Amino acid sequence: MREQLPALIVVVPLAAALLAPLVAYFSKTMVKLLTIMALLVANISAVTVLIQVLNEGTLNYHFGGWAPPWGIEYVYDPLSSIMAVLIAFVALVVAIYAGPFLEKDAKFKTGIFYSLFLLLSVGLLGMMVTGDVFNLYVFLEISSLAGYALIAAGGNRATVAAFRYLLIGTIGASFYLLGVGYLYGATGTLNMADLAEILVPLMDSSAVIVAIVMIVIGLGIKMAMFPLHGWQPDAYTYSHPAATALIAGVMAKVPAYAALRFFFFVMVASAGPVHKALQVMGLLAAAGIIIGSIMAIAQKDFRRMLAYSSVAQIGYIIVGLAIGNSLALIGAVLHIINHAIMKSCLFLVAGGVKWRIGEHLVEKYKELNKKLPLTMGVLIIAALSMVGLPPTAGFFSKWYLVLGAIEEGMWFYVVIIILSSLLNAIYFFRILENVYMKKSDQEVKDINSDGKFELPLQMLVPIIVLGLGILILGIFNEPLVSQIIQFAIPGGGQ
Amino acid sequence: MTPEILLDYRPLWAVLISLVAAILILMTGEKNRNLRETWTILAAFGKAAIVFSMLPLVLGGKVIESAPIHVAYGIILQLRVDTAGMLFAGLASFLWIVTSFYSIGYMRGHNEKHQTGYFASFAVCLAATMGIAFSANLLTFFVFYELLTIATYPLVIHKRDAEAIRSGRKYLAYTLISGQLFLVAIIWTYIAAGTGDFQAGGFLTLEHGSTRMLQVMFFFMSIGAAVKAGVMPFHGWLPDAMVAPTPVSALLHAVAVVKAGAFGILRVVGYVFGPELLGEIGAADVLAWFAAFTIIVSSLIAMNQDNLKRRLAFSTVGQLSYVVLGVSLMTPLGLLGGMFHIIAHAFMKITLFFCAGAILVTAHKENISEMHGIGKKMPITIGAFTIASLGIAGVPFIVGFISKWNIALGALQGGQWLYIVVLIGSAMLASTYLLPVAYMGFFKKSDKFTKYGEARKDMLIPIVITATISVVLGILPNFGAHFYDLATMSAQSIVHSIELIGGGW
Repeated sequence: MREQLPALIVVVPLAAALLAPLVAYFSKTMVKLLTIMALLVANISAVTVLIQVLNEGTLNYHFGGWAPPWGIEYVYDPLSSIMAVLIAFVALVVAIYAGPFLEKDAKFKTGIFYSLFLLLSVGLLGMMVTGDVFNLYVFLEISSLAGYALIAAGGNRATVAAFRYLLIGTIGASFYLLGVGYLYGATGTLNMADLAEILVPLMDSSAVIVAIVMIVIGLGIKMAMFPLHGWQPDAYTYSHPAATALIAGVMAKVPAYAALRFFFFVMVASAGPVHKALQVMGLLAAAGIIIGSIMAIAQKDFRRMLAYSSVAQIGYIIVGLAIGNSLALIGAVLHIINHAIMKSCLFLVAGGVKWRIGEHLVEKYKELNKKLPLTMGVLIIAALSMVGLPPTAGFFSKWYLVLGAIEEGMWFYVVIIILSSLLNAIYFFRILENVYMKKSDQEVKDINSDGKFELPLQMLVPIIVLGLGILILGIFNEPLVSQIIQFAIPGGGQ
Repeated sequence: MTPEILLDYRPLWAVLISLVAAILILMTGEKNRNLRETWTILAAFGKAAIVFSMLPLVLGGKVIESAPIHVAYGIILQLRVDTAGMLFAGLASFLWIVTSFYSIGYMRGHNEKHQTGYFASFAVCLAATMGIAFSANLLTFFVFYELLTIATYPLVIHKRDAEAIRSGRKYLAYTLISGQLFLVAIIWTYIAAGTGDFQAGGFLTLEHGSTRMLQVMFFFMSIGAAVKAGVMPFHGWLPDAMVAPTPVSALLHAVAVVKAGAFGILRVVGYVFGPELLGEIGAADVLAWFAAFTIIVSSLIAMNQDNLKRRLAFSTVGQLSYVVLGVSLMTPLGLLGGMFHIIAHAFMKITLFFCAGAILVTAHKENISEMHGIGKKMPITIGAFTIASLGIAGVPFIVGFISKWNIALGALQGGQWLYIVVLIGSAMLASTYLLPVAYMGFFKKSDKFTKYGEARKDMLIPIVITATISVVLGILPNFGAHFYDLATMSAQSIVHSIELIGGGW
């Protein structure tokens, strides 16, 4: 059993995804339990594997006993293990949270929702742990297709958003596939470890350069890197409220992780073409940080504001890659984790407000502190973290990024990061001003109400858990960095 | 001369006690006001007890440290009680007790809303202030410095009207931007020196970077601290923040927040760069010029303010620059005077603000032009106001004189006689903008205030206490908490010499 754990992380949610519509036919409660159980198993396996990896070193799992480079291999190194824990955790929290949104839906619809939700989780988890570049494409498509459907489930306007994302997303995935094709043509292998060896002398060949360009564009679209982010605000804004936190919180982080994996593990980061590609991405990211933040300030819809803020935050991660020294990479990995938690948390809060009063506009948040005191308390924590004030998690990823940038003498990025914190402060304090200070002109009506608590417990607890998570990640980020992330970055452990 | 280091968790408890109180206050809420206020009072006394229990050790030349908390890779949060930190923490924790009683009287007497949030934020502010005083390194300092910014914000916007929102935005804009500059300088220091641990006399040397680079670092750090200390031209937020309830202006905008800025300057000058290095790169002179400019200009502006709290705010701006000036002179007596002025100004200015609040609650007057003859109604309040005004003007036998005397001697020590002119000029200006208030209160006739009607007891007693202490410390500067000794010891440790070259008190 124990040696099969690495596979269970992906296989159990996948099996549950296939069973979900069938189970839903019998009972809605059952399908919810099934989903939660499956993700719980994934969580437990992921944590166990992580501990094992930290103690014993990288773990390779060969599917069906086929040895690489022919078979498909899952590679659990500290980086992919911690990411798997992150994804499984957020998926579990959001799955628990989703319940109240689906109460009015028919059995079958509920079943499909959970099935898609699980498929999305499977795709994201798979992308994290696979050691095979084509297998990564397969998981990318699984997560994307599930994502399109979940976005489309959000209602009328969501259909357009989902269709748009489907078109652009497919182009992105195709670019990635083409890039992989070039790599396969140049090396004859799809296994990452194998590629890493064969590619060393080939880094300057034109095939590899074309592959890099294709992969940058493909992953850039998927992670909504500026200026390839056009699909993203609509998709995040209109997607199904029960799934938004997972879609917006982690879906874009996984391609960012894939970029890190490609450029720093599969290819030689210091080699000419990769270095140049990273420089270009860094500049685009810097532009994205500023423009994303400014666009966020201009938004009236809270979700849309968060969506633009994500464009900016993805920029942080890419800037970390572009700076490229170990401090900045620690910052980038830490920011993948921190931002996943923060952004999911914020979208959970947005969903909670939607559930209670049916509104998403920032100006309708007036006086919500009276109706939703705990939720708004969490909003404060998350907002401070987004601005990057200590001792919240957001401060520390910024800390490492700036540390890395100064060490490298890249003052441009220091200015960008500082400026972006201030822009973040503008739009997050505007929200807080609305919540705590502005008086609302008319009585805000509840469209749903739990009676006992401000939100049903299955929504409130996830929100508070993630809110506390932000603080815990902030205060205890030292063990995270020195015990795990330090070993997760290339050349780690020194 | 390495002091003995004791491992002790008392500094940590001093920080945490009011955080716990804040949570209890929030949980108790409006339902049981007396219980809620009990938490504030208990925490205030508890905090002061913890802080002052460490005083004998610190006076005995020992340094108290709590175990480091590894908060980021290679970087630690640590609390340490040295003489300078003790000075600031002792001051803030003592004045919190006085202010707590006053606050209760003011908030109830004025029927303010949102009292729960008010008392909770206040408690968090005090936790942050303790953290700032006891920070052992730059990162810890920054964490608490930003916490203070955030915790003060709800107090500034307390009224929740358009003006309060505007002031709150202004406050955040000033403090957050300067905070970011501070952060860059801090990270830069960690990269250059590999450490951020405060060390008396400074830990940076010319080996850590070019002169230009060190100058820029000093410039960034000074801005970070100078914004909170209200040094011109970074003072804009302070007069506007006077929309906050008066006890906030009294404790936070005259003692804790602005002094945190001044204390930050002290840490940067005395414990990061050190007088020696600053002398070599010549950066502290610029800071002293800014401070001197602020002292004069703020006094001129103060004269034109009719709103009493705004006038006091500009007076605060000017008085804080005394601290900055004293510290940036970098002479032993200048440092001593600057540090002691943290104490002196705190007692005098808190008295003045308490009086302003008492007048507002009792007579509902905010503007000086409406206060003719108010001394008849509130003789004790105006009497205390007079004492504190004289102190600000630098009259002997009131605490303000001692610090100004030392700063002036410090200026002579450095051969900077020009600053003495500034000090004298400012003292005269101070008497022109504060004493008329007392004069009009007592000697102008008015038909509005004919009957005796003093402020509530819980406001009046704090006023009497702080005014009395201003006088007592003016005669016996070491009375009670040995503040003068603490300032002397800090100055000695910064200049690495027992001799402060004569003078002094």
